[in-house]
Amino acid sequence: MIQINAQNIHQKLRTYKRSPLSLVLLLLVVSATIITVSVLLFIIGYILVKGIPNITTDLFAWKYTSENVSLAPAIINTLIIVILALLIAVPLGIFAAIYLVEYAKRGNKLVEMIRLTTETLAGIPSIIYGLFGLLFFVTAMGWGFSILAGAFTLAIMILPVIMRTTEEALKAVPDSYREGSFALGANKLRTVFRIILPSAMPGILSGIILSIGRIVGETAALLYTAGTVAETPKNLFSSGRTLSVHMYVLSSEGLYVNQAYATAVVLLVTVIIINWLSNFLAKKITKG
Amino acid sequence: MKKYKEKVMQMVFLIAACTSILAVALICVFLFANGIPAMAEIGTLDFLLGKKWRPSNDIYGILPMILGSIYVTAGAIIIGVPIGILTAVYMAKFCPKYIYRFLKPAVDLLAGIPSVVYGFFGLVVLVPLVRDTFGGDGSSILTASILLGIMILPTVISVSESAIRAVPESYYQGGLALGATHEQSVFFITLPAAISGIMAGVVLAIGRAIGETMAVIMVAGNQARMPAGPLKGIRTLTANIVIEMGYAADLHRGALIATGVVLFVFILIINLSFSLLTRRANR
Repeated sequence: MIQINAQNIHQKLRTYKRSPLSLVLLLLVVSATIITVSVLLFIIGYILVKGIPNITTDLFAWKYTSENVSLAPAIINTLIIVILALLIAVPLGIFAAIYLVEYAKRGNKLVEMIRLTTETLAGIPSIIYGLFGLLFFVTAMGWGFSILAGAFTLAIMILPVIMRTTEEALKAVPDSYREGSFALGANKLRTVFRIILPSAMPGILSGIILSIGRIVGETAALLYTAGTVAETPKNLFSSGRTLSVHMYVLSSEGLYVNQAYATAVVLLVTVIIINWLSNFLAKKITKG
Repeated sequence: MKKYKEKVMQMVFLIAACTSILAVALICVFLFANGIPAMAEIGTLDFLLGKKWRPSNDIYGILPMILGSIYVTAGAIIIGVPIGILTAVYMAKFCPKYIYRFLKPAVDLLAGIPSVVYGFFGLVVLVPLVRDTFGGDGSSILTASILLGIMILPTVISVSESAIRAVPESYYQGGLALGATHEQSVFFITLPAAISGIMAGVVLAIGRAIGETMAVIMVAGNQARMPAGPLKGIRTLTANIVIEMGYAADLHRGALIATGVVLFVFILIINLSFSLLTRRANR
């Protein structure tokens, strides 16, 4: 912001004497920000302080037993579901965004439908996705509580995130790149895959990482699709709980509070790393 | 041959783009097809306005849950929106660059924390806190409202911040030129001009709060009865589905899916008002 009314502290104090309301407003704004930041710091600090002492090597043992509620199977399940959901949603999302940005004509009715439904998907709460997954993938398709049903449910959930971030990344690629490529005799398809997608990559990656965060943190959509079995899956049709579901089950049973703290630490650290990575990549595109 | 490949790929892109239409259609069809018959069997009015939820006696009234969701959401809005808007004002108009560089990631992180972690935090910190300060057993409308108020902060902040930033700088400068202080100019000129964008943020936050599931389950007490006061427990629509879906069968299961339908319709209305508001803000 340009400092139009740059004042020194004395002038500022005189202003506040003349208009006490301004001082009140300033204090309100500052204290709201302090509240926001301290809530965040308190949550993170509390979980870390209480949780880190509870992280033991036993928690990462290969097998889950009722004496040792190991995290390892849940971590493996989380990884499998993340990979599967991305395999489904990333190509779809990127292709859809390519269509919307590079091919679609403005004001097309179909395009408007696509935008409207994507917005709708983005606003649907995860429990509705869970319910749909239960009705469609688990029951109608007959997959039962399975990793596959969970992954498909989450793939639909992250589709709008990937579409939106990819769209923005594609739009940020300057038109001169496209013109240059056409001028060199490349056709549209080649231009899209060789010129536009590579330049939009950091933005797309940041969207993908953001959706990994969504998947890792998701519980409600998985309880009745991937189920709550605390073992590593034998195949894609066996049930398995992710880290977040694991944490929910632990804390609702109320018997393993210490282990729940430890799981919370693992989740928090993962989310912090994911956020940092996604920000880092997003900054890369704005720098150009 | 080349032309052919081009056409095929264009079709592939188009089909991929239609996935979201297909997904929304499937979600609607499966929810409604499974929920509406149950609602009809119970009686739509008995279902929506019934004050008793007793699956063991085949009595399914979800008014307590509807009210529960509304109360908890209202509480979250009362707590979260003022703090969120004021923080957004600070970030857009007051804060020096070096603080902003720290604040922005902080707000993003607040949005990234999983709802189970919020729920767990609520369970181990807020529930005892409310129990000791206000009495009751701690799992209550108030606790859920505070927790949800925190959870909607990032939504309110980021939407409001961009709405405030979208107001032309000349408005603010005009205020200064007329002798207003920095604060007066921001609050009485810039902020009113950003109001429809901010409202859109609030509507989005309402959607988040009403759809939140895991965090609410862990702190709201989940008693399926009419709300009895801010310090008493309550069950929301979302909680109703998660808690009973595990063992429900037949009409009970149908009633739970119908609960989902009601929630879905709420969300659709909220989404619609959100897009109307953003469209107005962009004009």
